[in-house]
Amino acid sequence: MKIVVCIKQVPDTTEIKINPVTGTLIRDGVPSIMNPDDKGGLEVALQLKDQFNAHVTVITMGPPQAEAILREALAMGADRAILLTDRKFAGADTLATSNALAGALRVIEHDLIITGRQAIDGDTAQVGPQIAEHLHLPQVSYVAGFEYDGKNTMQVKKENEDGYQLLEVQLPAVLTVLASAFKPRYMTVAGIINAYDAQEIEIWTADKIDVDENKLGLNGSPTRVKRSFTKAQKTAGEVFDLTPEESVNLIVAKLKEKFII
Amino acid sequence: MDFSLSKKEELFLQMIREFAENEVKPLAAEVDDEERFPMETVQKLGKLGVLGIPVPVQYGGQGGNNLMYGMAVEELSRACATTGVIVSAHTSLCMAPIMENGTEEQKMKYLPKLATGEWLGAFGLTEPNAGTDAAMQQTTAVDAGDKWILNGSKIFITNAGYAHVYIVMAMTDKTKGTKGISAFIVEKGMKGFSIGKKEKKMGIRGSATCELIFENCEVPKENLLGELGKGFSIAMKTLDGGRIGIAAQALGIAQGAMDATIKYTKERKQFGKAIAQFQNTQFQMADLETKVQAARLLVRSASYKKDMKLPYSADAAMAKLFAAETAMEVTTKCVQFHGGYGYTREYPVERMMRDAKITEIYEGTSEVQRMVIAGKLFK
Repeated sequence: MKIVVCIKQVPDTTEIKINPVTGTLIRDGVPSIMNPDDKGGLEVALQLKDQFNAHVTVITMGPPQAEAILREALAMGADRAILLTDRKFAGADTLATSNALAGALRVIEHDLIITGRQAIDGDTAQVGPQIAEHLHLPQVSYVAGFEYDGKNTMQVKKENEDGYQLLEVQLPAVLTVLASAFKPRYMTVAGIINAYDAQEIEIWTADKIDVDENKLGLNGSPTRVKRSFTKAQKTAGEVFDLTPEESVNLIVAKLKEKFII
Repeated sequence: MDFSLSKKEELFLQMIREFAENEVKPLAAEVDDEERFPMETVQKLGKLGVLGIPVPVQYGGQGGNNLMYGMAVEELSRACATTGVIVSAHTSLCMAPIMENGTEEQKMKYLPKLATGEWLGAFGLTEPNAGTDAAMQQTTAVDAGDKWILNGSKIFITNAGYAHVYIVMAMTDKTKGTKGISAFIVEKGMKGFSIGKKEKKMGIRGSATCELIFENCEVPKENLLGELGKGFSIAMKTLDGGRIGIAAQALGIAQGAMDATIKYTKERKQFGKAIAQFQNTQFQMADLETKVQAARLLVRSASYKKDMKLPYSADAAMAKLFAAETAMEVTTKCVQFHGGYGYTREYPVERMMRDAKITEIYEGTSEVQRMVIAGKLFK
């Protein structure tokens, strides 16, 4: 069984502070980490490695320093690591990113592709599903559990807002995984030492992958950022102590007052 | 000169920090309160390879360096000094003398099981009448043809009872003084070997500290470690290495107290502001931080010299002396910053202050460290 896990290096948002004067994020000195949902996805792959001796490849698209999370993945137990890095990838939105990753996945043997649900820096949850569409593969997002007996299908638990679904999916497939459901294992000392002394990170540029170059980077990104802003601080608000009927009337009146309805 | 860690060492630091924060810190107060040996943590450390960091790969170890080993003891002790000393005694006092003095057969027999944590290790030198004056060994080992017969007792032995392998010093020829002392590898279960009284201690209360009793204890002939009569020299060299571990433990305790106090002084308000905003707090904490960082550089420098196979005996003594005294000063002042709360067991600094004291005593008191350093100065 061959598994490819797509991972991303993100700023550790728990360490981010807001500049009180400008209201913008202070990114200087903020450590970079492996995106938590992606780490959960890697844990799923490593559990399948434990049970079925699966071969686990990790891949990331990013600047050269994204190598750090690939080494971490190797230290946790991944077998192969690929860094997609090229100026042609720069400025990519989710579509161009998923095109690049799909381009790489076309030339990597796989029975299963795993991504995290979403990255904590963008929260779009789009890249995993887009990869599945580009590769014409079945997909299950928001995966919180799985059962697998080594055959051609996999039973997965898909988390919804108010419950869950148990689904059977044909392999090869794309799963997007929730960090909360899979506590990642620790790196091992031998894993860390081997990740630097015995294993190599493969560096892939755009010419190594199977994709139309116009679909990459800024050129391949239809998304345009019109404006970005920090959410204004909310005022304290008002508290009313009313009966249900009075409450409805008050809410309707307030919504009308603000031309919302 | 490069003071930065390599990327490999940084990744290792990330790993051991995550482990200490998630697995060790939550148990620290309970382990202290109940005087409970944290066996579950030891098993987890074994699985991750933390119990065999500087052991070569061919002997089942990780092939890491002493710098990484020191960082492991520091980070574990930052959360729980009991856990730190378990790893330190196992690595520095049991595996290191086997690595440095063992025959190929001894290394192959003991190191793989120790390095993976299947077995834990310990070291026995101290006796009721042989503390700092370690040459006054009364435990004897007599050559009985096909085996050694040991008689006597050792006290204050870390990991006793939980360890499987004990490096034990015994007198093989009383007429030769320190040159009549030899080292032996004693295994749990050997006939005539038992564990005696468990000490009730001020600090590192989860660590097992017991007496070892040898009553006509039969040790196989091949378990002599190093040459006959070289035991004292083996013990002294072992303690040189052990001091890096204890210095790292002291450093970790000091850092743990700093972490807790920075958090507390930012939260605690008196006279309308956080006590961290008072200049007395700031200046004292700045001095303590400077000492902690100086201690860290001494520990890392001693580790580096050991890794480079340079003489490091005085460096290890300086690291231990300074880190232990820093740990004592930092934890005492951190209790003071916490005021009345710091004297209670609701806050970790109370435990840390009790834990710090032992680092000025074991594996050579601070006075012994000064003797070692002065010995190099005036030789």
